[in-house]
Amino acid sequence: MALSAQQIPRWFNSIKLSSFINATQLTKRCTRPGKTLLHGFSAQLPMSSDNCFLQWGFKTYRTSSLWNSSQSTNLNGQESNSTQSTLLPSVNEQSQETQKIPSFDSELSLEGLDDLPPLSPLQPVSEEEAIQIIADPPLPPVSFTLRDYVDHSETLRKLVLLVAYLRSKNFSKTDISQMVRNAPFLLNFSVERLDNRLGFFQKELELSVKKTRDLVVRLPRLLTGSLEPVKENMKVYRLELGFKRNEIQHMITRIPKMLTANKRKLTETFDYLHNVMNIPHHIIVKFPQVFNTRLFKVKERHLFLSYLGRAQYDPAKPNYISLDKLVSIPDEIFCEEIAKASVQDFEKFLKTL
Amino acid sequence: MGSARLARLHGLFAAYKPPGLKWKHLRDTMELQLLKGLNAGKPPAPEQRVRFLLGPMEGSEKKELTLTATSVPTLTSHPLVCGPAFTSLKIGVGHRLDAQASGVLVFGVGQGCRLLTDMYNVHLTKDYTVRGLLGKATDDFREDGRLVEKTTYDHVTREKLDRILAMIQGSHQKALVTYSNLDLKTQEAYEMAVRGLIRPMNKSPMLITGIRCLHFAPPEFLLEVQCMHETQKQLRKLVHEIGLELKTTAVCTQVRRTRDGIFTLDDALLRTQWDLHSVLDAIQAAAPRVAAELEKSLRLELDTQQLPSPRWPWDSEGPSSALGLESDVGH
Repeated sequence: MALSAQQIPRWFNSIKLSSFINATQLTKRCTRPGKTLLHGFSAQLPMSSDNCFLQWGFKTYRTSSLWNSSQSTNLNGQESNSTQSTLLPSVNEQSQETQKIPSFDSELSLEGLDDLPPLSPLQPVSEEEAIQIIADPPLPPVSFTLRDYVDHSETLRKLVLLVAYLRSKNFSKTDISQMVRNAPFLLNFSVERLDNRLGFFQKELELSVKKTRDLVVRLPRLLTGSLEPVKENMKVYRLELGFKRNEIQHMITRIPKMLTANKRKLTETFDYLHNVMNIPHHIIVKFPQVFNTRLFKVKERHLFLSYLGRAQYDPAKPNYISLDKLVSIPDEIFCEEIAKASVQDFEKFLKTL
Repeated sequence: MGSARLARLHGLFAAYKPPGLKWKHLRDTMELQLLKGLNAGKPPAPEQRVRFLLGPMEGSEKKELTLTATSVPTLTSHPLVCGPAFTSLKIGVGHRLDAQASGVLVFGVGQGCRLLTDMYNVHLTKDYTVRGLLGKATDDFREDGRLVEKTTYDHVTREKLDRILAMIQGSHQKALVTYSNLDLKTQEAYEMAVRGLIRPMNKSPMLITGIRCLHFAPPEFLLEVQCMHETQKQLRKLVHEIGLELKTTAVCTQVRRTRDGIFTLDDALLRTQWDLHSVLDAIQAAAPRVAAELEKSLRLELDTQQLPSPRWPWDSEGPSSALGLESDVGH
């Protein structure tokens, strides 16, 4: 039968004790362990002293040792610390009854204790009382999954909510694991923040849900990074470089990195492509990977081709050279097939720049 | 493995600095690439030490844990424990090039940094090709500077340009002799001056030892300049002054160093060759020439200390090799 923590002190007082410790020592010893126990444990009491010792972890080590060593009552302590005056008459009342009861088991009865007032949780508790407090079944010390600990951990609960939210948005399990691997800070997000970020990208880019999903899975650091550079870059593409909305969407779905690229490098590359190489917008849109390459590479190859007279970027004319072939292929293949020259010639030319 | 390569990584080599890149960035890139190459090699086998480990004894029926002596590798020098083996290198730069100029840039690695100072003290000349554009004048003498003046240039001919260049070379020749602190009254000094083998061996302003026009197609013209103690900005100013002498204006569109002392365009490493392997080869190839040059200058210095008149060395391969180079470079 369970006793509430409030009712413990009354019959503890009546327990016979072998030794008495002075009041100051008692107060020091009894209040501290009792307080920690009361905070951590619920108000259920074990049926027997054996159970109570088994079911506690390290917290009870101190109290159990104190209990074993001191065997003291907080009779004096209670009298000095308790705020309720009704304890004193109750002690006298109970002492006659409980003297008959030798063991704890039978003492844990609720008979005749209903008329006493409840005690506050800050009430100092004697060691005997503290030991009788039952705790929840504690956490298993070893487990293969975190499932056992989810109820007890706020962090784990938040993580579960986050993953549940992502699943509700039709992100597959592999998608989520890929996102987390590439941008681990995603786990720190609250559901609200993630929702805001996803919403921002959907509104800003005006892409379909599936395309936004693909974009975010390919480059999850879009979600974790700052949104200001993305807004800036969108403005640059639209106003400064003069791309239309559908062109920007096409480029971004091909090369998501363009959203977080450096503004200065973008404008420099575009300036060279458009004004020096005279490539119109619609061809640049077809090959967005030129924005992902270093500018010097584009410059060197273009100058070599124009020196050879092969710089033709208009698909309508003969000897057309596409931009992706200009930037993506390695030097040897570029020299032999596109420029139709040897690598040594290319190197000699580079040394004249 | 890495330490063997590090032991060979001492000396001078040259890289080709492309235009638009700051020399410091090039130096940092070179350091990174060399460190990458050094750390990429297989680390040496770790040392072993004897530890007594608890383990189930074989052959016994009871499941007992007993201590057995085993040799296990120590992890104290593992790169995942204490980081990569090489974290910094001493790399020095010889005569610097500013961001817009391009050309041969000499680096010294490790012990080669000392050789850099020695090479500086030899005071060898450098070759540049300078491209100019007639008709414009800007505030910093470059093509993309703020425009100050525009002029016509129809009256400019090749002869006028050659005359101006000869005048410049003559005036600088005089300055060469003055700054070399040579007593021209002695016979040896006079002979050397006649042959044109005099140059100053201490600090002096920019001195042009040779200048000529390679190509003239108005408004563009191409000059070849051999000079010492120069900066690229002074070379651009030279183009501006040539324009003024021609009663027009000119800006400089390209400054390219084709030779720095004994390092020529052929020795310079391109961007694709900025790695440990090519650098080691380049150091090895350049080492005998560097040693020969330093020994020559040291010997001559000792000679000059004995003789009454200073006998200064002249980089005799300079002009001819520069001429040879220019004909190779495709234009």
